[in-house]
Amino acid sequence: MAGREWRQARWSEPLLHEIGSPEKTGVLLPYSSEDEELAGIVGEPEEALGPAAREEAPLLPGLSEVEAARHFIRLTQMSYGVDVGPVPLGSCTMKFNPKIAEELTRDTRLLMLHPYQDEEAVQGLLELLYKLERWLAELTGMDRCSLQPPAGAAGELAGALMIRKYHLDRGEQQRDEMLVPDSAHGTNPASAAMAGFVVVRIPTSEKGTVDLEALKSVVGERTAGIMLTNPNTLGVFEEDILEIADIVHSAGGLLYYDGANLNGIMGIVRPGDMGFDIVHLNVHKTFAAPHGGGGPGAGVVCAKGALVDYLPRPLIAESGGRYYWDYRCEKCIGRIRAFYGNIVPLVKAFLYIASLGGEGLREAAIQSVVNTNYFIALMRGTEGYELPYDPTRPRKHELVLSARPLARRYGVTAGDVAKALLDRGLHAPTMYFPLIVEEALMIEFTESEPPRGIEEYAEALREIAEEAKRQPDRVRGAPRNTSVARVDDVYANHPRSVTPSYRVYVRRQRGEKLAL
Amino acid sequence: MGGVGKRAIERWAPGVRERERMLRAIGVSDAMELYRDVPRNLLLSEAPRIGFGSPLSEWELRRLWEDLMGRVRMYIDPPPFMGGGWCPHFVPALVWAVIGRSEFYSAYTPYQPEINQGLLQALFEYQSLIADLVELDVVNASMYDGSTAAAEALMMAMRVTRRRKIVVVGSVHPEYMEVIRTWLSGRGARIVEVPPRGDTGLADVEQAEKTVDGETAAVYMENPGFNGALDPEPETLAEVAHRRGALFVVRFEPLSLGIVKPPGRYGADIAVAEGQPLGLGMNYGGPGLGVFAVRWDRRLVRQMPGRLIGLTRDAEGRRAFTMILQTREQHIRREKATSNITTNEALMAIAAAVYLSLLGGAGLRELARSIWLRSHYLAKRLAGLDGVSAPVFNAEFFKEFTVEFPTDYLKVHSELKRRGLLGGLPLERFGMGERRALFCATELHSRRDIDRLVDAIADALGAAR
Repeated sequence: MAGREWRQARWSEPLLHEIGSPEKTGVLLPYSSEDEELAGIVGEPEEALGPAAREEAPLLPGLSEVEAARHFIRLTQMSYGVDVGPVPLGSCTMKFNPKIAEELTRDTRLLMLHPYQDEEAVQGLLELLYKLERWLAELTGMDRCSLQPPAGAAGELAGALMIRKYHLDRGEQQRDEMLVPDSAHGTNPASAAMAGFVVVRIPTSEKGTVDLEALKSVVGERTAGIMLTNPNTLGVFEEDILEIADIVHSAGGLLYYDGANLNGIMGIVRPGDMGFDIVHLNVHKTFAAPHGGGGPGAGVVCAKGALVDYLPRPLIAESGGRYYWDYRCEKCIGRIRAFYGNIVPLVKAFLYIASLGGEGLREAAIQSVVNTNYFIALMRGTEGYELPYDPTRPRKHELVLSARPLARRYGVTAGDVAKALLDRGLHAPTMYFPLIVEEALMIEFTESEPPRGIEEYAEALREIAEEAKRQPDRVRGAPRNTSVARVDDVYANHPRSVTPSYRVYVRRQRGEKLAL
Repeated sequence: MGGVGKRAIERWAPGVRERERMLRAIGVSDAMELYRDVPRNLLLSEAPRIGFGSPLSEWELRRLWEDLMGRVRMYIDPPPFMGGGWCPHFVPALVWAVIGRSEFYSAYTPYQPEINQGLLQALFEYQSLIADLVELDVVNASMYDGSTAAAEALMMAMRVTRRRKIVVVGSVHPEYMEVIRTWLSGRGARIVEVPPRGDTGLADVEQAEKTVDGETAAVYMENPGFNGALDPEPETLAEVAHRRGALFVVRFEPLSLGIVKPPGRYGADIAVAEGQPLGLGMNYGGPGLGVFAVRWDRRLVRQMPGRLIGLTRDAEGRRAFTMILQTREQHIRREKATSNITTNEALMAIAAAVYLSLLGGAGLRELARSIWLRSHYLAKRLAGLDGVSAPVFNAEFFKEFTVEFPTDYLKVHSELKRRGLLGGLPLERFGMGERRALFCATELHSRRDIDRLVDAIADALGAAR
């Protein structure tokens, strides 16, 4: 990092509500010159609507296109994504988004495509979706996939509901427990609970994997299944996976695979071969569709054997060279969203896989793991950080460092380290997760990060540890170079100051005493 | 082995070129040693055979795309007249320019607020714009789409009231109904449907009154309904719900609110919508944008699903934005979270914010008026055809409405397709009548487009006779 100075744009950009006004507009509406003539024929809406009419225009601030462009582009300058620098958020798989996919999908033919157009009129797109479905099934070792879920968590909900219905259909209503390791993503227990399960927590052993003895002690007649991600959130491969599968299956339970952590093993090991019955994939992670500052993603859910019947419908299908949506549903859980799925991210995943083929995907996985372990090698011996849970074991797509030594010695927390990274123009890792690691910094570079970027990141962490030793207050005062300094979370969340919209802001300004 | 793959991924994985050096630093001689803890019998002996035999360059991808999209029929002259909760609307070029900026699209959820103030402000502005549109104070940063927003709203109502019965009133999108049934199946919900009145297509308030009871968590209505009928007095239904302590959940159409009374004015506790009309385009049904708004009420806000962005200050007193009330969410509350939602539709929310900021209040009103005029012009012209009933229901409507033909509509539909026109949605698809179809007209249809459609229908009907 020697010599690099970085400052993020600091525009103090006012809110739309402070610069716009309801009368202003930035568009010329199509065919608007016809409106008066049409009103002469059919009358005015205000009269027809009667009591249902809105008496005045909504109070929405409008801007000219010039002003709106400037406003939003300034906001982009105060934002940070993979195209700006590393975003090594663990379990988020923030890889590069190939520009060709962005360009091709910005296509009027897609933009103007109505979801209820006849299948004959959309054969090309259905063929694409069919191929994607086949590829994803092959890659995961599953039989069929449903493209319905719009995100990973929705895929999890689908999977949990499938497990529930499977047991109910077999007359096993008592299977109401979902096993979830304590290192699991928060979505796993949340999805299980939404599907009506009681969540049973499985502890992690000293090796950093599922504690087999603990698992054996809780499985039984009430076990509906287990939700696992492998490699787990420590980046460690569950080497006992076949035994885990055996224990759960023997007890009559099913195995659900959380695909958030697939990147390091795709094309190398398949969840289906490990014994999983249901898998979800995060298309916006593993298959390079952008994360969009939060979404949209796509969360394809796949199943094998008897579980295929339970997948949400419709499924994409082919017969004699004709592609169609198969709505048949005898046992299926129903529908996860309206229409077919988040088509645009799905198309991007298709383009990504087509670009790489099986061998390219496999090399991407290998490089992501090389990047993780290269970073561990660079961090070896760096004071202030530890690699908990058997540091000699190779990690896969991600690793979890603990900043516990810094916290103990100098009172500098993982959160402080994260903010100090921001000051160097680097996005922070995932903090305080998984919950089983104190002062956790969960780091996933993916295959996209250049070696030089990994080296800079390790160097930055070393510098921050040095600074923590010499001037801990300086680290605790970070960040300084970002658009704003450290955000006041207490004020943001306090019942008397919490402000989730401009309407509430105005009400507070007027002196209304609002509390949540 | 590996040569082809390495060459393909090198452009997006620069470390491939330096792998040997990196492996030496790690202390292994072969990358596969990093997989030594994977049971040997699980390791694939070769890469899976997926893709097209060999990796594709950008040029080959472009040609592949042209081949596939060449087998997709686009309707732009004129645009589709097909309804079904998804209609053609204009997408301003600035929407592309903003959501096409990779500072936004290649960002993650803004877990680190200081470095993503722009993204957070844009999402706060989205929330604020929707709050003004619906006249409810609290809007989340998005759900997946209208259907899952509706399902989550009903699950939320079950948590808030600790009751399990859901009363669905009036005409509801059949796919929304399926989604609601699926999502609520795990929590033991009892869903009771009160069908719309045959004459007006509107909610049957009398029947609803009899069905809503002290066990009811929520009364759900779509306004306008799937059949297009717009309720003149939804407050009556709000009263029915509130009298029994149930929440009133409404799905609205966002553009209609330029001229139609917003849910916040007629007693909605939770208002949800599909945000697709707000500058998203159609994209064969996804992504959409799940709009989710609630009243300012502690009980409601604390049980809301999804991300919320709030206004706050930084350590030096500057205005700042950050994610708030995260203790509702899965990464903190795990099985006690209000929802499992994590990834949402943030970029689509920003698209909606750009779209609404370009329109402004007056512009939205003008747009809504234009849509209303066009759909009513289409209905009036169709009603002038022999034996055609348009709209079928005796109620106001906004952009979509149900039409009944004197003959099997699919015949008309095919005839229209032959002439390059995409007509209404055949309601036979949902078992709602072989002679019925759901039409829409929007700002994208010129008067000439509408005349063309009606003339073609007249011809088709003449030929069928």
